Amino acid sequence: MAQAAVVRAQGATLARTSAAAGPRVKTSAVVMTLYLVFLLLPIYWLFNMSLKDNSEILSSFSLWPQEPTLDNYRTILTDASWYMGYVNSMIYVVMNTVISVTVALPAAYAFSRYRFMGDKHLFFWLLTNRMAPPAVFALPFFQLYSAVGLFDTHIAVALAHCLFNVPLAVWILEGFMRGVPKEIDETAYIDGYSFPRFFVKIFMPLIASGIGVAAFFAFMFSWVELLLSRTLTSVDAKPIAATMTRTVSASGLDWGVLAAAGILTIVPGALVIWFVRNYIAKGFALGRV
Amino acid sequence: MTLVLDNVSKVVDGRTHIYPTSLTLEKGTMNVLLGPTLAGKTSLMRLMAGLDKPATGRIVWNGEDVTDRRVQDRNVAMVYQQFVNYPTLSVWENIASPLKVARRPRAEIDAAVKKTAALMKLDGLLDRKPLELSGGQQQRCALARALVKDAGLVLLDEPLANLDYKLREELRAEIPRIFEESGAIFVYATTEPEEALLLGGNTATLWEGRVTQFGRTPDVYRRPADAVTARVFSDPPMNFLKIAKAGDRLLFGEGQSVPALGALGALKDGRYLAGFRPNHLELEPPHPGCLAFPAVLSETEITGSETYVHIDHGGERWVGLVHGVRALEHGRALTVHVDPAHVYVFEEDGALAAPASYALAA
Repeated sequence: MAQAAVVRAQGATLARTSAAAGPRVKTSAVVMTLYLVFLLLPIYWLFNMSLKDNSEILSSFSLWPQEPTLDNYRTILTDASWYMGYVNSMIYVVMNTVISVTVALPAAYAFSRYRFMGDKHLFFWLLTNRMAPPAVFALPFFQLYSAVGLFDTHIAVALAHCLFNVPLAVWILEGFMRGVPKEIDETAYIDGYSFPRFFVKIFMPLIASGIGVAAFFAFMFSWVELLLSRTLTSVDAKPIAATMTRTVSASGLDWGVLAAAGILTIVPGALVIWFVRNYIAKGFALGRV
Repeated sequence: MTLVLDNVSKVVDGRTHIYPTSLTLEKGTMNVLLGPTLAGKTSLMRLMAGLDKPATGRIVWNGEDVTDRRVQDRNVAMVYQQFVNYPTLSVWENIASPLKVARRPRAEIDAAVKKTAALMKLDGLLDRKPLELSGGQQQRCALARALVKDAGLVLLDEPLANLDYKLREELRAEIPRIFEESGAIFVYATTEPEEALLLGGNTATLWEGRVTQFGRTPDVYRRPADAVTARVFSDPPMNFLKIAKAGDRLLFGEGQSVPALGALGALKDGRYLAGFRPNHLELEPPHPGCLAFPAVLSETEITGSETYVHIDHGGERWVGLVHGVRALEHGRALTVHVDPAHVYVFEEDGALAAPASYALAA
């Protein structure tokens, strides 16, 4: 609220200056507009395409659909080969988010509360897992999962994504946990709480925002990851991103449907980001602000 | 109900935090741990609570060895210097938490919480979250949680140190009253000698991980067992002077001497360490027969009704606490006076040789 008021006040000041001395204010407004247009243009163009049919997309250049149609969306929502892509993606992303946070919570607690041999090295080593490109791990995962019969299952992708999501969740949660004084743990023990009860009843509510942020980051990275999810699936667990990259039919690319799929793929991420918008900065700083 | 520490020690990473210590705390006593920062007050308390395991020794509660017992299963409560409450729970839930964990009936919990909250003057605040309270109220909430449990051992680790002056005095006056009602063993850590004297009961003085003396608070104050105890139990610290007794004179510094008056005349010849408290240093001789020392004034601190005078005597820095506002010129030479009845004499190794005669009379 306060920020909005400041922005309005600045706007008013700028407007007054513009009335008096003109050009300076216009420059900043123009730059801002150009920047936003630049950022939003691809998304708009995707949306624009999703409402056209293929002939209009290919034959003419139009800034908005001449004959708007929802056929493309209808195709996606009725054709199993399309909407199952979303279902598959959601399944392994949610699985991965749950596993990552569940596994990272006790690990982060250990790192934030106990000193043990090699704790600092181990903690740093966790993060180095994020430094290798996923392509490095695609081959071993593919071979391993094929060997144990996990190929083309949701859990395979969920587990593979844990490789980079668990370390990230551990780092984020450790940052949040470090902000909770150790005396709270001890007071709880003195009050008679057993460790599990303390952890669930007292400690987790204290770091609720951290858990939210960790879950969001796990969700986001798992949602956008393409290489591993495509390598480890073929039919039953095929993610939407893979479906999109493979959509070349006999008659060439189905541009409109592809665009509609793109728009629908943006939606879950945008929804999730809305819920954690106030904590994202802290999350990017791994909880250390 | 007794708590016995039997040769308990604590070693962290090869450094000794608590040297082997034996203490016996009786039921219904107020026990003050007095010592400067890092003396080991908190370490000792954590051992009593069971938060840390002692490196050696046993902890016996009511004749039962509880050294290896989990803190959850010990009958203790603790309040920290920082205001530690559960931020996500309301004040009511905070106070109720030990009882809830113990699975007491709901009605009993509610009655106990209301009673304790009234005692700690938190009546109207039960629905608030701890962070919506003032510092004093937060600490009251922590105290209430410690009291509601009805623990046999209540540990208070400098509970008033983070409060402002007024609140501190208020709560300090309340603590002995609360303590009277509970009948538990209270242990209260503080850095301030004044606080120990106000709380009464017993005092254990700590210095660098050792309990130097344990006894009734006024006794420890009046008859410190050694120079270290006397230094700890005096604020500002006790002033010291190396002296030698030869015949009927006390020799000090470089060939200076004063007549050995009062009880000091009865000492055997030899080397000693003399000590007296800052409030016994006088700028004017209160009566003839006082020891007089030449000194140089280095600094004065005026606190309104009293003046701290920092003076250099030989190589020693002394502090005196005198009544009234004294506007004294820095660097001025002056003579300070000490009544021999106020002088403690310690052996060279620090053990008490002769207590000040005023303290014996009291």
